[in-house]
Amino acid sequence: MSQAEVKPPGPVVEMLDVSITFGAVRALDEVSLRLLPGEVHALMGENGAGKSTLIKALTGVYTIDSGRVVIDGVETQFATPAAAQHAGISTVYQEVNLVPNLTVAENMLLGREPRRLGRIDRREMNRRAAASLQALGIDVDPASELGSHPIAVQQLVAIARAVDTDARVLILDEPTSSLDADEVARLFEVMRRLRDHGTAIVFVSHFLDQVFEISDRMTILRNGRVVGERLVEETTQLELVQLMIGRDLQVLERLDHAAHEATEETSAEQRLPVLSAVGLGRKGSLEATDLNLYAGEVVGIAGLLGSGRTELARLLFGADAPDTGDLTVKGSSRRRLRSPRHAIDRKLAFCSEDRKAEGVFGELSVADNMLLGLQASRGWLRPIPAITRSTLVSEFMTALDIRPADPSLPMRSLSGGNQQKVLLARWLITEPDVLLLDEPTRGIDIGAKTQIQQLVADLAEKGMSVVFISAELEEVLRLSHRLVVLKDRRKIAERPNRGIDVNDVLEIITGEPGGLVEKEWADA
Amino acid sequence: MPESPGTVKALGARALAHRLFWPLAALGALLVVNLIATPTFFNVRIQDGHLFGSLVDIVRNGAPVLLVAIGMTLVIATRGIDLSVGAVAAIAGAVACVYIVKSPADGAAGTAVVAVTMALAVCVALGLWNGFLVSVVGIQPIIATLVLMVAGRGIAMLVTGGQITTVNNDTFAALASGHLLTLPVAALIALGVFAATQIVVRRTALGLLIESVGINPEASRLAGVRSRTIIWTVYVFAALCAGTAGLIVAANTHSVNANSLGLWIELDAILAVVIGGTSLAGGRFSLTGTLVGAMLIATLTRTIPNIGIPAEANYLFKALVVVIVCLLQSPKARAVLQRRRDRTPTGPSREEAVV
Repeated sequence: MSQAEVKPPGPVVEMLDVSITFGAVRALDEVSLRLLPGEVHALMGENGAGKSTLIKALTGVYTIDSGRVVIDGVETQFATPAAAQHAGISTVYQEVNLVPNLTVAENMLLGREPRRLGRIDRREMNRRAAASLQALGIDVDPASELGSHPIAVQQLVAIARAVDTDARVLILDEPTSSLDADEVARLFEVMRRLRDHGTAIVFVSHFLDQVFEISDRMTILRNGRVVGERLVEETTQLELVQLMIGRDLQVLERLDHAAHEATEETSAEQRLPVLSAVGLGRKGSLEATDLNLYAGEVVGIAGLLGSGRTELARLLFGADAPDTGDLTVKGSSRRRLRSPRHAIDRKLAFCSEDRKAEGVFGELSVADNMLLGLQASRGWLRPIPAITRSTLVSEFMTALDIRPADPSLPMRSLSGGNQQKVLLARWLITEPDVLLLDEPTRGIDIGAKTQIQQLVADLAEKGMSVVFISAELEEVLRLSHRLVVLKDRRKIAERPNRGIDVNDVLEIITGEPGGLVEKEWADA
Repeated sequence: MPESPGTVKALGARALAHRLFWPLAALGALLVVNLIATPTFFNVRIQDGHLFGSLVDIVRNGAPVLLVAIGMTLVIATRGIDLSVGAVAAIAGAVACVYIVKSPADGAAGTAVVAVTMALAVCVALGLWNGFLVSVVGIQPIIATLVLMVAGRGIAMLVTGGQITTVNNDTFAALASGHLLTLPVAALIALGVFAATQIVVRRTALGLLIESVGINPEASRLAGVRSRTIIWTVYVFAALCAGTAGLIVAANTHSVNANSLGLWIELDAILAVVIGGTSLAGGRFSLTGTLVGAMLIATLTRTIPNIGIPAEANYLFKALVVVIVCLLQSPKARAVLQRRRDRTPTGPSREEAVV
């Protein structure tokens, strides 16, 4: 807003009030984005905020429903990704889209190989590739096979290829998610060079520190809307996270809060934990972590994406095998859970965040989906008797208000919220002692969301131990009796949920602005 | 009862949409073709208390393919495939025949019983091997079973010593040519296995768990399904079915030729499964569909000589029918046909979901 004095270079790309609707979902709601030449522009937002959709709208993957895209002052609408690329907008995705068994040079010049007498001129190709690589300071032999290099180098090659097609806009979608610190530094080096040559770079990343290190400006999205455009140097991590997560419901939360603080007073410490993890960890996913779960208690796990939330739940359930640590369930002998099967036998249940890939059987009926957990633990020789089947199914269809109320429908015909309820029913039917819920309310409508939250509260009241993971801090704070905060794959705090609000949690996560931040290190 | 044309039409549409409509239609069409070529084709007569006739022959001759296809259906439902069934059939035949020949009482009924039991025990071991490679070692099923497909013929050769082994045992021969209650034993075995499998799969939870493993292996694991056991079970079952088929084939010729017994039967079996509407991508399966598919293939084999198609064109003709049936079943082809029928323009749909 305040950049009128010094006449800035005109934006390379200007997206104005762009909207896209998928079915009933407004994926982008009048989103505007300006990219200036010679800047690194971070696109920030939680999952589902609309970052990918925005990129795809710009690069011609999706057609926009309304709004304008102006490139260099000319209104444009790309029909295909190729057209966007032709206009100088290149994208490098998280997964490298190159051919691993071709050489680096071949990959870089794929589709526009230099030819001599109708044949590919290899020497010229290698020379050109070497020149472009050198210009970016990437030290790779162009004649070597691409697949022989680590992912980081492949990514740099992909960038070199993208830039080589005279890209004036380079979009990097989560380029650093599989890189280690040195590799990130190398990538940033290349990005800075490009920026200094006038390229506009869009940088999408979940790593806040990296965003603050490399970016000049950022646009923050939430629920398909732009909630802010900021200069990085004038913004704190705390402000950014507040914008990303949103705090609309804060007043309501406080009310909710007061309600369950009273019940939570029965001190947990005197009781024996239902589940106790000591030093539980796995290389690359979570540092050694201690955690006790008690009956009748909801433990909320807070942390940003990539903080290790999901990893913690998977380790507790044995979905991933831990490298270190011990897990005791109900005081049983110390033993790690090596498979979900073990966990289920010990009365654990786990609702994965990835409903589609890790929960739903689309072609099976709702009833089968619901009963699969129980059936699996009974084994195939002991089918659930028809009467029990119909009683259980109708009981949970009603209790969880699953619609349409026809259990014979294929699961895939249900909405996300109802599918989630069916999955919850699958686990509730197994009568677990410990229920691990990873993002149980993600991507479902507000009605179902409230119902699930209510259910969690009721279950805990009846004595179940619940772990509740959600990207929405309000939700975590509303439901949990105890709060565990994760950051960068480590537990950084654990405390009773008493008088904590969203700001406090954000302060713990970002380490700003100090004061209250007393870290309770759990590991030895 | 006057029925409104609307209901008839709706009923017709429902029949058309049924999974088994086209395979059944093809089966019917083939039978009609045969009837035109040989007006006595449908004749069935009782001779010496046995049922005889072309239709009976089709079921009898189709028994081995049906057996193999039943096992194959369950394997395919778990996203697998078993290429080794032909070789397993050969091994089963070889073990049984060699045992009978080597036995001092090579004509006794008891010898045949021991021989069959032994052969099936060997099949269990072979199925365990396949299941081990797939579920424990984690090799892709097509490769894992290719091992035994190739090696199995060698094993059968070793068992027979490379000779065509001929047996003379009436009890054993009865597996193929015997009759029980006027019906051929081979057909009874195959239909019996079909019925038993259908009951076990649908009355216990086995069918559900097999489908869940085939539809979404990761979700199954997280739901606590013992996928390993399930996968192991279906490969052992497939080997048992293949072995039984091999015994029937060997009994039919009173001999075993390790090189040719059950050769390419895996392909016929896979075809039967696919024609029956079970997707090679795993998941939902239909044993009834497989039954129809196997009968279609058996009828086809019978039709070719019956309508005077030269033996050389045999495979080509078979391929043609299979392609037609599969085309008619494919959702894409159906959609095209449907569109031509309705002539209603449909707008482009945007199917991408918001992530």
